Amino acid sequence: MTQHFDPSLVDWSRAQFALTAIYHWFFVPLTLGLSFIVAIMESIYVKTGNEEWKRMTKFWMTLFGINFAIGVATGIILEFEFGTNWSNYSWFVGDIFGAPLAVEGIMAFFIESTFIAVMFFGWNKVSKRFHLVSTWLTAIGANLSALWILVANSWMQYPVGMHFNPDTARNEMTDFWAVLFSPVAINKFLHTVMSGYVVAAVFVVGISSWYLIKKREARFAKMSLMVGSVFGLVVSLYIIITGDQSARLMANHQPMKFAAMENLYDGTRKAPLVVFGVLKNNSNESPDKEDFAFKLSIPNFLSSMAFLDANAYVPGIRDITEGNAEYSIMPVNEKIEKGKIAIQALRDYNAAKKANDAGKMAEALTVLNENYKYFGYGYLNDAKQTIPSVKTTFYSFRLMVGLGFWFVILFILALILLYRNKLDGKNWFLRAAVLSIPLAYLASQLGWAVTEVGRQPWVIQDMMPTLTAVSNINVGSVKITFVLFAITFTLLLIAEIKIMTKQIKIGPNDGGNK
Amino acid sequence: MFENLSHLALQHYWWILVSLLGSILVFLLFVQGGQTLIYQLGKTESKRSLIINTVGSKWEFTFTTLVTFGGAFFASFPLFYSTSFGGAYWVWIIILFAFIIQAVSYEYRSKPDNFLGKKVFDIFLFINGLLATILLGAAVGTFFTGSHFIIDSDRHSQWTMATRGLEAALNIQNLSLGLAVLFLSRVLACLYFFKTIDNDEIIADVKKQLLYNAVPFLVFFLLFTALLLLKDGFAVNPATGEVFMQPFKYFKNLVEMPLVALLFLVGVVLVLAGIILPVVSYVKHGNKAIVLSGLGTVITVFALFMLAGFNNTSFYPSVSDLQSSLTIVNSSSSKYTLKIMSYVSLFIPFVLAYIVFVWRAINNKKTTLGDLENEHVY
Ligand code: HDD
Ligand code: HEM
Ligand code: HEM
Repeated sequence: MTQHFDPSLVDWSRAQFALTAIYHWFFVPLTLGLSFIVAIMESIYVKTGNEEWKRMTKFWMTLFGINFAIGVATGIILEFEFGTNWSNYSWFVGDIFGAPLAVEGIMAFFIESTFIAVMFFGWNKVSKRFHLVSTWLTAIGANLSALWILVANSWMQYPVGMHFNPDTARNEMTDFWAVLFSPVAINKFLHTVMSGYVVAAVFVVGISSWYLIKKREARFAKMSLMVGSVFGLVVSLYIIITGDQSARLMANHQPMKFAAMENLYDGTRKAPLVVFGVLKNNSNESPDKEDFAFKLSIPNFLSSMAFLDANAYVPGIRDITEGNAEYSIMPVNEKIEKGKIAIQALRDYNAAKKANDAGKMAEALTVLNENYKYFGYGYLNDAKQTIPSVKTTFYSFRLMVGLGFWFVILFILALILLYRNKLDGKNWFLRAAVLSIPLAYLASQLGWAVTEVGRQPWVIQDMMPTLTAVSNINVGSVKITFVLFAITFTLLLIAEIKIMTKQIKIGPNDGGNK
Repeated sequence: MFENLSHLALQHYWWILVSLLGSILVFLLFVQGGQTLIYQLGKTESKRSLIINTVGSKWEFTFTTLVTFGGAFFASFPLFYSTSFGGAYWVWIIILFAFIIQAVSYEYRSKPDNFLGKKVFDIFLFINGLLATILLGAAVGTFFTGSHFIIDSDRHSQWTMATRGLEAALNIQNLSLGLAVLFLSRVLACLYFFKTIDNDEIIADVKKQLLYNAVPFLVFFLLFTALLLLKDGFAVNPATGEVFMQPFKYFKNLVEMPLVALLFLVGVVLVLAGIILPVVSYVKHGNKAIVLSGLGTVITVFALFMLAGFNNTSFYPSVSDLQSSLTIVNSSSSKYTLKIMSYVSLFIPFVLAYIVFVWRAINNKKTTLGDLENEHVY
């Protein structure tokens, strides 16, 4: 690989990717969830023929459309950014990573964009049934889009179903089904789409509550609130289950991310779970000092959660970087050495190939295969580089989980109050529901912060460090595009929020169409 | 069924698929063409809305086809993806920006409290129409004129021009293709309006615009074609993979692939027929002109892609280092991946079928100004 590693280029490219991904993720969750909520409402309308349900459907559909447009606009950037900013990455894994993106286009995006047209333009042009089917297909299409891209992302976290081809200097797919049905992929898909459902449910409950605070549209608001909170309660329970599974998979496949997220410096058996704590020192830099200023923990619980065994050993950051013979963990420095051997073997292989020396080629290949597992480590120089940001992952994770439990409470309260017909005038609750809308968005962004920051320095776990993935461009260009993206997306976000709030103020009377 | 195909056959199959997507994309750019006509055809506020709403109901298809075209190229020829996107950085970034502003403009332009104002969103649509057509056309032009990059043994590429792809727009052949695509998209938009708009005043203007745009389209298209047939091309020695310059390469390709030559001719004739027939008799041919020219566009562009990639030709040549040039053989995915993707491609006819079905269900009658009052409008 070309050795041009320019740290500021890597940082700006990362910043740009993070910026655009975060913007995309402002809109995607609502698309994922609201499409189903709207489909549920329309089903009830078709079944009962009650015009009130149609009014609800149309209102929430309008908000869906406003959000959808900008979700699409931000998505196209991400796809092409793999090429523009991560071109070395695109070659190194394009043989595997490109496939889900293509499948996504063929199998998901077209369903979505075709049937969404019926959803919006078809009310007077097609039959009720056809319209309803289109609404469901739009929701399914949206969720299928999520499936393929998450398969791709999971593969980066836990690469399977491939082998390295020295002739093309890239990883090639050997087993599509292993990629698609990797346990990480399945769980990530479930957890992530569920998070979209939670966001959408909180959104519907929150906005309905706003109408109740304003004493407007009481009937409409309560019916919407009911759909939102029933749907929300079911999915928010499910998100806890899949979240728990995410953590377990992480403990098994990405132990460093796990240790960082738990701020666990020295591994132990019977590890306690820190429910909440305040970090004191950055343990990456001063490992020997006390690392919590304050903590609230449950004994043995981390071991039980991570490995379903209270006695299980959970490796800490130090064990992973420095190695731990007792649990046969190889020190990172040794991995770095093996990685360098692998990289050199690839060079030898190429040289031997040029010289047409079959014997040397075979020799180099054996060395390469023996050490390929650590290939990516060869680009690192220091074991410390393998430690991701403890602060970001630790706090992000706790806040996400805390919010996850809060949403369960929110939906239960909503249902109780609704059932007892005590919502009117309960302004403390209604306000809390409105304020929960930004919290839901926050929770889902934090989830990605854990995932993506936690896997640093790897863009592909153990195989490719982020710094080798970038395109050969000058950092000036990336700085300019970063600023352009930041300005454009921010302007569009403001426009979206203004339009959205205006539509909410106008209310469901015109089907939200004016 | 794909098990028995050789790697080479799969590479050909995927080049055909990518070409098909690319040519459908060029046809669908009529949405962009329509966006560049909003001021000329939409002299009053309500007329402009009608124009925007008729092309607007199709913008998603163009957009999604572009996305899928990108994804399919990534999966099948990843070295093209990494070399071109990472190299011609600025061209692609500008194209992307043109599409970001498009996606929101339709939905937001006529919503109250939309922050930037209707005028700005309409300007966005206009800009998208202009840039997307010219730049995509020019980018396809580089398939024949070459780009400035070097690829090392790890397949890492380095662009050798600081202008990062913008230099392509200065090449007269690329530029003539870009402008040809722009005017073609406007012609197609006119024909699309024939089929979809029920308003005499607008249609009278559309008829004029058809002529105003057909002439420059023909001029630029002929210029591009003449340059193409006369120029030296990037040929590949199939035995060694070595790339070399060959005089009249693309003309030779036409002669050596008579089927492609035939397609090219049929395509051009269909495009012309779609333009001329409604001029002769609007009543008789107005409705089906878009089908003729649309089909013609797809076939012609498809033939161009065939000329670029088949018959031992480099489809993404490098003028900085001939041996870095990309061919469908040296830039493709592994055999396994192509095979898997080929199975996925079996969904494409199915996708086309439901698109046509839905398209018919919604567009069963022409739109009038009055229709804008009782439906979801942009
Ligand atoms: C509304 C949003 C939301 C809520 C309430 C939760 N999550 Fe979450 N979480 C996400 C939204 C999210 C996400 C945005 O969807 C992530 C980012 C990537 C992913 O796979 O899902 C995520 C990632 C993520 C990860 C990292 C996975 C990885 O790195 O591969 C873990 C361990 C958890 N979650 C665990 C939980 C637990 C135990 C929760 C208990 C309540 C929880 N999450 C609630
Ligand atoms: C599913 C698809 C996704 C893929 C394939 C993906 C891939 C990537 C890549 C290639 C990078 C840049 C390299 C790096 O810094 O490691 C990155 C970084 C990042 N992504 Fe993702 N990402 C995905 C989804 C998301 C989403 C939806 C979010 C957001 C909310 C997100 C948040 C981030 C952040 C914050 C970074 C920067 C991390 C850092 O550099 O420290 N990602 N991701
Ligand atoms: C880096 C990774 C990602 C890439 C490259 C990407 C790509 C895209 C593209 C190109 C579109 C526009 C599609 C169209 O033309 O209709 C899009 C929209 C969409 N994406 Fe992403 N995406 C990424 C991350 C994600 C993630 C993580 C999810 C969900 C879990 C997701 C779910 C969706 C959905 C539901 C849409 C529909 C439009 C909308 O939300 O408004 N994407 N994405």
